[in-house]
Amino acid sequence: MTFIQEYFKQSATYQALILISKQLQDFLETLGVMSQHFLSALFFALKLDISRKDLINQCSRFAVDSLPITLSIVGMTSIIISMQTAGEMVKQGAGSYVGMLSALVMIRELSAIMSGFAIISMIGSSFASELATMRVTEQIDAIKVLKVNPIKYLFTPKMLAGFIMMPIIVIVASFVGIICAGLAAKIVADISWLNFINSVWQGLVLKDLNICLLKSAVFGATIALISCSCGYMAAGGAKGVGLATTKAVVWSFIAIVVWDYIFALVFYF
Amino acid sequence: MSIKIENLTKSFKNKKVLNNISFEVADGETLAIVGFSGSGKSTILKLICNLIQPDSGKIIASKGDIAMSFQYSALFDSLNIEDNISFALRERKDLRKKFSEQEIQEKVSQKLKMVGLEGIEKNFPHELSGGMQKRVSFARAIITDPTIILYDEPTAGLDPVSSTIIENYIVTLKNELHATSIVVTHQMSTILRTADKVIMLYDGNIVFQGSKDEFLKQDNPYTKQFITASTEGPMKVQAKSI
Repeated sequence: MTFIQEYFKQSATYQALILISKQLQDFLETLGVMSQHFLSALFFALKLDISRKDLINQCSRFAVDSLPITLSIVGMTSIIISMQTAGEMVKQGAGSYVGMLSALVMIRELSAIMSGFAIISMIGSSFASELATMRVTEQIDAIKVLKVNPIKYLFTPKMLAGFIMMPIIVIVASFVGIICAGLAAKIVADISWLNFINSVWQGLVLKDLNICLLKSAVFGATIALISCSCGYMAAGGAKGVGLATTKAVVWSFIAIVVWDYIFALVFYF
Repeated sequence: MSIKIENLTKSFKNKKVLNNISFEVADGETLAIVGFSGSGKSTILKLICNLIQPDSGKIIASKGDIAMSFQYSALFDSLNIEDNISFALRERKDLRKKFSEQEIQEKVSQKLKMVGLEGIEKNFPHELSGGMQKRVSFARAIITDPTIILYDEPTAGLDPVSSTIIENYIVTLKNELHATSIVVTHQMSTILRTADKVIMLYDGNIVFQGSKDEFLKQDNPYTKQFITASTEGPMKVQAKSI
């Protein structure tokens, strides 16, 4: 029996199971800690126990710093989609619906998710590396010793900034995206601006806009929460900072795709 | 009594770092904790200021704030010196309403003056030398007029002259604030200049506890080995642990 046990322990199956169980344990542990962080940050946010200066700084960082890259990504994506679809739609006699399709795709899905990806790479990674560096250089310990709650100081302004600024970014990005799509449709399929804009209004309903805003706010807060949590839980030196940043980016990507799926399921099906 | 430690035990990943240690520090006294790297010195400080929890044992501290100066200063690099020092006054709920903006600025200048620095309020930590960063971290620590100040290797990485300056400020702060101090150090000069009492740790145990004079007598084989910096003696240091 012992021989079989020893033999099994050396097998690749056993090693794979150990690896999976460790990953699962790490996943559940991280999820638990993030939930704690979320509840604490929410508590301080509801009490409005945050510095206005910090909130404004984080809002500026969240929106202003990330806007060029967000607009570039959303704009380019909408141009590509318009280039791929406009010509085909004109051939099928549906040229007057190109604007509607672009607007629906932008407002319902693309602008929020593409802005989310841009924000993760620009802001989420910077939040994570900032907090991870603070962790490994004992700055977070210093905050605790000074009897200031690190969640209140580090998480709440960033999460609130994400919640407030992300919908604004997404609205601007959607606008830019639709304009870019119209431009591409004009160049590729010779669809006039008037036709394009008229068709945009045909497709849009208020529900889409409301869901888009709500989804963006949730994305923003989620990105800030995950990035801060991963940074906060960092350990070790430079390697720890790198691992925390990678983890924050990967987790944030997965989280916003999952949120997107949940929103689509709840509101459209 | 300012701090009383009773039967403190702490382990990390099944490795016992502190094994049932007990000691006391009286009001206004300065205790130096010495020992080899990894002997649990900094762990004691983290336990006292509640950054980590003990496995067993008690820490009884007198009323008032406990401040700590970290080994590598731990200044907030995104804030300027004034914001670093006034951090607790601006962010702590119990202190925020107590001081006006002008009072905060005056207090910052006063604390900076106490550590021999003036006119650097608008600088950022990376613009200062190691010794100056240490002194700013002292100023940040004493901004709330604490009753207990913990110093984690205050002279680590500094040249001998800067070390002397830092050691003199530890004594100055003790005298001016009448605070109880605990200094974790490897340096004999720090012990000589600042300590009233010394405890020595080895392998998580206290192997010497007494006055500075008793420590310097080298009656104890452990203190003798430490003071003479000898590789021969009861303390076995493995090359891989250094």
